[in-house]
Amino acid sequence: MAPQSRPSARFRPSDVVDFVIVGSGAAGGIIAKELSTAGHTVVVLEQGPRLSERQFDHDEFGTFMRGHNINDPATQPHTFRATPQQTAQRRQVLVYGRLVGGSNAHFTGNFWRMRPSDFNEASRLGGVRGTGLVDWPITYEELEPYYTKAEWELGVSGEPGPFDPPRSRPYPMPPLPVKSSGVLFERGARALGLHPQPSQMAINSRTYNGRPACQHCGFCLIFMCEFRAKSTSMAVMLPLAEATGRCEVRPDSYVAQVEVGSDGRATGVTYFDTQKRMQRQRARAVVLCANGSETPRLLLNSASARFPQGLANSSGVVGKYLMFNTYFEVNAQFEQPLNEYKSVQNTRMVLDFYETDPKRGFYGGGGIDARFGKYPITFALEGLPRDAPTWGEGFARELARQFPRSMAFGCHGTSLPLETNSITLDPALKDAWGLPCIRTTYTDHPDDLKNASFLAGHATDIAHAAGALKVWSAPVIAQTLAVHLLGTCRMGNDPRTSVIDRYHRTHDVRNLFICDGSSMVSSSRGQPTETISALAFRAGEHIADFAKRGEI
Amino acid sequence: MEWGPASAGPRYSSNVTDFHARRAFLKAAVAAGAAWATADLLEVEDALAFASQQTSANLAVPTRALTPAQAEVVSALTSRILPAVDGRPGAVQAGALYFIDRALATFNAAQRAVYMEGIADLNRRAQAKVAGAAGFAALPPGQQDEVIREIEATPFFQAARLDTIVGTFALPSWGGNRDYMGWHLLGLEHQMTFQAPFGYYDADVNRRN
Repeated sequence: MAPQSRPSARFRPSDVVDFVIVGSGAAGGIIAKELSTAGHTVVVLEQGPRLSERQFDHDEFGTFMRGHNINDPATQPHTFRATPQQTAQRRQVLVYGRLVGGSNAHFTGNFWRMRPSDFNEASRLGGVRGTGLVDWPITYEELEPYYTKAEWELGVSGEPGPFDPPRSRPYPMPPLPVKSSGVLFERGARALGLHPQPSQMAINSRTYNGRPACQHCGFCLIFMCEFRAKSTSMAVMLPLAEATGRCEVRPDSYVAQVEVGSDGRATGVTYFDTQKRMQRQRARAVVLCANGSETPRLLLNSASARFPQGLANSSGVVGKYLMFNTYFEVNAQFEQPLNEYKSVQNTRMVLDFYETDPKRGFYGGGGIDARFGKYPITFALEGLPRDAPTWGEGFARELARQFPRSMAFGCHGTSLPLETNSITLDPALKDAWGLPCIRTTYTDHPDDLKNASFLAGHATDIAHAAGALKVWSAPVIAQTLAVHLLGTCRMGNDPRTSVIDRYHRTHDVRNLFICDGSSMVSSSRGQPTETISALAFRAGEHIADFAKRGEI
Repeated sequence: MEWGPASAGPRYSSNVTDFHARRAFLKAAVAAGAAWATADLLEVEDALAFASQQTSANLAVPTRALTPAQAEVVSALTSRILPAVDGRPGAVQAGALYFIDRALATFNAAQRAVYMEGIADLNRRAQAKVAGAAGFAALPPGQQDEVIREIEATPFFQAARLDTIVGTFALPSWGGNRDYMGWHLLGLEHQMTFQAPFGYYDADVNRRN
């Protein structure tokens, strides 16, 4: 139930609000809720439109191939190169949600905590030579209360697994009903001595805080939930923020720059409205939650005489250490129908390979889950094995037979932070608003690909042990498509090597804060959303405290 | 021009029935005390009502980018790429042609020349194969397949294959997938709500729970 106790606030751009937040996704929505409920006035600027549940659809072609509700390569092109020596070419590499709610609105719902080991892996392993792997400036113990807060305030279904980190409260909801893929996965994993566990999902398994349980329609991955059963910023946090009467969510507002006064303090942001007119929202403090690609771009586009390398970039680290996570699938066909097109993507997973094990000879770890991963068009294009017919009667028969009988084993892995993997401004290309576009430079570290192959090997074993009739996978190669955009404004204690401090305040600008995937120091094991959410709850609380104490 | 969803067509009534069937199903589920039915029924019905609007399908309409003769060739080609087999519909029944045509008239206009040349090439090859043949569309299916095998590696065939797949499986609002026939041929029931058990392998455990 949207708690609309009061009408949402409306501010004029000339009003000096307490906070302007750029981005309305996982982090922006949570921080908006935390700051507005603490009594502050807040404007959330979102570049995309505001859609209601009635406007959601299950349009695979529109979403995957025509840029609906995602960053549109026609108006927001970007370029890609594997290494800094190459000239970047126009190519769609980064994909994020472009609507009120951000990527969080269309995410699959996987909600994993990181473990204590994620926060101090560098010192425990003695570093990884040639990489930027360092410890986080905070510990798991410091973040744990906020993981718990995220799970309870948003609504998460699951139960702890055998390797889970300590938790102060159980999950608020039991796991979602297991699917056939989960049953098979569990069978295969157990036969191999592994420890399958229910997937932990930010999707309601029962009515929770007035929102209904999952209806199992099957369109979670990259689609928004018509039922508000997915526990997102859009469904949960933004309505709470607006209900305070102190928060305005302003859609169709494309932020161009963070403005800084002569005293070096942020004074607000400039943005383009729907008519592409430049507007200026004034604020006492600015919080960037625009994702791991747009946040560094905004800082770099905000360069000035005072901040020639880009705003908050005295370290030169803004945009660097970009991490995608690795994702590869192993495919399998079974004798009987699974009907994986129904319900949530995944219901079982193993985290036995989570930790880095030096005996493997490479850095990294991850998780494997049981999922479908495809919709009708993608299944017809790439759901059959390489030796299947690609047209004709055989093709038609195989599609009809295998669509209900297919599943995938999703392998989610680490990415090492590398200084050369980065978001920079393309020197030539401008977007439809005349702003310099993103140039992505990215090559997976060899260990990332070794780890991905290692996980895919185990996924293949699980598939065989589960009794699959046929098992196959595409080769593990360097990734050129990313939905996890992490690490580009990393957190740290040293202003020379990081962008934000342990409380998400930029080292260089006292009233400028950053919280989103860019804050992450290491990559997580492939599911960063709960960590981003926990960081946002923690950041929101600290920023509100700073404001109360006059320390902004 | 922006490609918008098709307006509700004359077949809308059949989907209204479909919607009522699902609504009845929901009500029955509430009566049966299904766990998920604790959801606010009005909200669920709102979403279902919206979903039913999306099922409006397009019946045969005049083609815009293709001439009737060209449309016949493309239709024949789609019928061989994804034929109707074993009593299931194929690309023709799903109306993939109408997706292809409308795409060529709008956002896929850049590929018009590829299609025009590809269609002419199919007709030439058909006539070379069977003296006096009217064109590709007039050949029996076996000979159409022989012609296709000659052009399998061409950009035209690759485009036609992709577009046939999209036209069969994209939402009906894009012009094809009439009455969700493409989804039916995959065994995908188009519903906004399902209940466990979902498949063969989870039947036992979900019936126990």
